[in-house]
Amino acid sequence: MIPGAFEYHRPKTLVDAVTMLASLGEDARPLAGGHSLIPLMKQRLSAPSHLIDLAGIGDLRTISEENGALVLGAMVTQRALLASALVQVKAPLLIEAAQQIADPQIRALGTLGGNVANGDPGNDMPAVMMCLDASYVAQGPKGMRHIKARDFYHGAYDTALAAGEILTAIHVPIVAGQGTAYEKLKRKIGDYAVAAAAVVLTMANGKVATCSIGLTNVAPTPLWAKDAAAMLVGTTLDAGSVKKAVAAAEAITDPASDGRGPPDYRRKMAGIMLTRALARAASRAA
Amino acid sequence: MNDMTPTREAREAKLEGMGCKRKRVEDVRFTQGRGNYVDDIKLPAMLYGDMVRSSYAHARVKRIDTSKAEKVPGVVAVITAETLKTVNLAWMPTLAGDVQMVLADGKVLFQNQEVAFVVATSLQAAADGVELVEVDYEELPVIVDPFKSMAADAPVLREDLAGKTEGAHGKRDHHNHIFKWQVGDKPLTDEAFNRADVKIDELISYHRTHPSPLETCQCVASFDKIKGELTLWGTFQAPHVIRTVVSLISKLPEHKIHVIAPDVGGGFGNKVGAYSGYVCAVVASIVTGRPVKWVEDRMENLSTTSFARDYHMRTEIAATKDGKVTGLRVHILADHGAFDACADPSKWPAGFSNIITGSYDFPVAHLCVDGVYTNKAPGGVAYRCSFRVTEAAYAIERGMDILAQKLGMDPAELRLKNFIKREQFPYQSALGWEYDSGDYHTALNKALVAVDYAGLRAEQKAKREAFKRGETREIMGLGICFFTEIVGAGPSKNCDILGLAMFDSCEIRIHPTGSAIARVGTKSTGQGHETTWAQIIASEIGIAASEIMVEEGNTDTAPYGLGTYGSRSTPVAGAAIAMASRKIKAKAQMIAAWLLEVHEDDLVFDIDRFQVKGVPERYKTMTDIAWVAYHSPPPGMEPGLEAVSYYDPPNMTYPFGAYICVMDIDVDTGVAKTRRFYALDDCGTRINPMIIEGQVHGGLTEAFAISMGQEIRYDEMGNVMGASFMDFFLPTAVETPHWETDHTVTPSPHHPIGAKGVGESPNVGGVPAFSNAVNDAFSFLGSTHIQMPHDAWRLWKVAEKLGVTG
Ligand SMILES: Cc1cc2nc3c(=O)[nH]c(=O)nc-3n(C[C@H](O)[C@H](O)[C@H](O)COP(=O)(O)OP(=O)(O)OC[C@H]3O[C@@H](n4cnc5c(N)ncnc54)[C@H](O)[C@@H]3O)c2cc1C
Repeated sequence: MIPGAFEYHRPKTLVDAVTMLASLGEDARPLAGGHSLIPLMKQRLSAPSHLIDLAGIGDLRTISEENGALVLGAMVTQRALLASALVQVKAPLLIEAAQQIADPQIRALGTLGGNVANGDPGNDMPAVMMCLDASYVAQGPKGMRHIKARDFYHGAYDTALAAGEILTAIHVPIVAGQGTAYEKLKRKIGDYAVAAAAVVLTMANGKVATCSIGLTNVAPTPLWAKDAAAMLVGTTLDAGSVKKAVAAAEAITDPASDGRGPPDYRRKMAGIMLTRALARAASRAA
Repeated sequence: MNDMTPTREAREAKLEGMGCKRKRVEDVRFTQGRGNYVDDIKLPAMLYGDMVRSSYAHARVKRIDTSKAEKVPGVVAVITAETLKTVNLAWMPTLAGDVQMVLADGKVLFQNQEVAFVVATSLQAAADGVELVEVDYEELPVIVDPFKSMAADAPVLREDLAGKTEGAHGKRDHHNHIFKWQVGDKPLTDEAFNRADVKIDELISYHRTHPSPLETCQCVASFDKIKGELTLWGTFQAPHVIRTVVSLISKLPEHKIHVIAPDVGGGFGNKVGAYSGYVCAVVASIVTGRPVKWVEDRMENLSTTSFARDYHMRTEIAATKDGKVTGLRVHILADHGAFDACADPSKWPAGFSNIITGSYDFPVAHLCVDGVYTNKAPGGVAYRCSFRVTEAAYAIERGMDILAQKLGMDPAELRLKNFIKREQFPYQSALGWEYDSGDYHTALNKALVAVDYAGLRAEQKAKREAFKRGETREIMGLGICFFTEIVGAGPSKNCDILGLAMFDSCEIRIHPTGSAIARVGTKSTGQGHETTWAQIIASEIGIAASEIMVEEGNTDTAPYGLGTYGSRSTPVAGAAIAMASRKIKAKAQMIAAWLLEVHEDDLVFDIDRFQVKGVPERYKTMTDIAWVAYHSPPPGMEPGLEAVSYYDPPNMTYPFGAYICVMDIDVDTGVAKTRRFYALDDCGTRINPMIIEGQVHGGLTEAFAISMGQEIRYDEMGNVMGASFMDFFLPTAVETPHWETDHTVTPSPHHPIGAKGVGESPNVGGVPAFSNAVNDAFSFLGSTHIQMPHDAWRLWKVAEKLGVTG
């Protein structure tokens, strides 16, 4: 449980950080809250020779509203997110998800940027971001670009982020009248999901007008259950329709077998969490 | 008397003696971060050791190349079995009469087995060295399932035992067989089964788990070449035994070995045995002439030092059709892993598993235990239980429920019908124990009333109907456990460890000004001995507990004792403390008689003083007497006021209790919620009710963890799965149910203060209560027995199999 030797850098500006990351090459990694990276290093499953700590870059910690979207700095911690009145009002789904991440100590250090950039299917924020149609801002040696959360996750620990790029902010569109819910089944406080489902929907005249579904930890990547959500639009969320949509969502899962249970269980739990999230989101929709 | 004279009540209260909810004195330092644990010890020029471990569960070790590791800056030495052979320490004896590799000698037999020990000037350098030790393995076939151990074509695990048909406990039937242990009357038992109206026969497994104390195993060894003396600080539950073992295996004379257990952060059986890390640290210190620290990390702790349980118990009960039990027949397959390193009294290869007749009056019984080797970590320690008692309690308590189900009888009624009756004590059990005292009917009836058992059963009935009608997705279970433990090992007539009789000891010195120090042969790992031992002395001799310092753990100063495990501290050392106190009291009485110029028989002891019978104003307090003992003792009497007592208990003690668990299970997710848990404990005389309650809370939390998810799992390749706190279920305050505690008091008739021990009862009784609740919930759907652990996915699988998932 002792990491290998590494050099620690603490740049003061984003430009310095990007330059450093580019010049130090393959062996350098950004460090945010450290609550995914450092455990891997302690087990020597990851052995970067340079850590570029983003904590010294003040600009990355802001939360604001711009052009109908919430803009969350990459270094905003889960705790800071939970404390933000703006987020509480504009994106309650983020609050509900953040509350279910790990424990208070980890939430005090773990960042939104680290959570979504990490690429671990166990992280809760990625499926939530896919569900909300968020996009990520990446800054690299070749400049800045936006990447949709729904296009970001390629495989376990394999994301659209190019070598040398740093994720600087997350844009979450703000939509009025949405009902949202995040249902997470876990073995205990501090555990990753056995399965979890995020739901965002709007209702009109008792029927689903729009719907989006994200699933956590039931495949090598977070999942956006596009077809399942589409099947619910126009329905009253009657039992039959929900059952069909749940089956469609379950069908795209490919869960791993681990201490949380075998694949068939986790697939079913994705369905159960989705069923519960749909009911709760609907009850909250305007 | 004037107004300033304290009342009897005030004097009594000042003592904070037995029965007082005295606050734990050790908590003053623990809660302020001022404990002194092994890892707090830092010595000049100290080196750090780290282990190279096997990645395979069974493999031949073809080559170990340490050259690259030795070149790492800071690495001082790399020790392998070859190094250890030069001092004859490549193997070490286990407490169970087997031998165990200290470092891999030719092959490895379980994953994470110790292969080489890297010693360096820093933890970092040692870890870098570990990474660079190259080991070539040739994989061998693996046995994980104990039921496959004794197949004719099973691979040979222990090549060192080739041709040995006799083990430490008699004949071995197979190359992977360790022992067969039998007790009871087989022909009579078989006959009872032949005649029985009703029989049950169920394989009841108690899965492999781990004690997982907060502080892992660790030590600092410091060998002084000039004096030829070894000081060993370590996380030891039994420091004196460790000293003797170190002396026997290192050949250092015992008086030149100083073993010190400072504050220990939990033991639960994990810290009884001797581990490779200790031996390597000692050898490394002798080789380098510098102190060497070795600290296990969490994964090493969970995957190598001392698992618990892994008992597979085929349990058969014979009964009449009206529910009177007539016989018990049990066969246990015991998975001991790669080496038999159980920490049981030496003559008891299956511990006290013959307590398996439990609280019931079985006329006949037979128990047979086969121990086998597998490619898993060695151990088999008593995880917060007296040697294999929790396994036995689980089998019988599950078995009684299964029998009740078969008879269509209520499980509480079946128990009440078969309990050993109060007037039958002392009771001779069919498997050879003499139960000291008990009042089982009173305890269970009290519990049933406390929880409104009849009301709960009615609610369950209604809920089951609602479930069948599809109105709820929850099922409700009621789990009863009535356990009888056997603790306080033990009488020299049947208990020893490596030939050392399992007595315990206490030395008390009263200082001239009337305060005292007591040194005891046990070692608190969190039980609060510094608090409770002083309370016993306070009540016995009348010095306030706050004026008595209790010291344990240093073999140079404490009298020889066998340590703390198996709930033995109060039954054995607690008795030694009372007996040492009584020696002091007897001398104090002589001094008081001389001072008051009366005959000793004319004095009575009253709380904190001797007073002349009928003349209470003529008295001498213990403080007065202490001063005289050192200042002007009676003519002809030795000065001083000290005593030592070594106590060899005449019998074990038999605590018991009635636990009831109420649980609701969501069949759609398999998630179980404990709605209510009631625990009535009878541990005889209660020394400190608050500490008892704390012990019960802790033990129940462990029982909850074990039954509801905690396990050490292996895949079929022998890879140990989930050996970290991410997977290994250690509940937090959020998951842990609320505990309701209660008690009855049935003192032990043979113990000087009537106390029986309580630390382990909640673990022993809690597990069957949880498991019975789960099983009871599913029973109406046709299920008879569900194996533990009862985590959500497994319960969902049960529901799925019974056809009730959504
Ligand atoms: C016991 C435990 C339980 C946990 N439970 C949960 C849980 O239930 N749900 C959950 O979602 N998470 C959980 N986590 C993970 C936790 O939320 C982490 O904090 C999070 O995954 C990573 O965020 P971080 O800020 O700590 O990032 P770090 O650990 O510092 O970094 C993670 C990875 O992302 C990269 N990275 C970080 N920031 C950036 C950036 N701005 N740009 C580019 N790359 C970047 C790093 O190089 C690294 O590869 C748990 C962690 C622990 C230790």
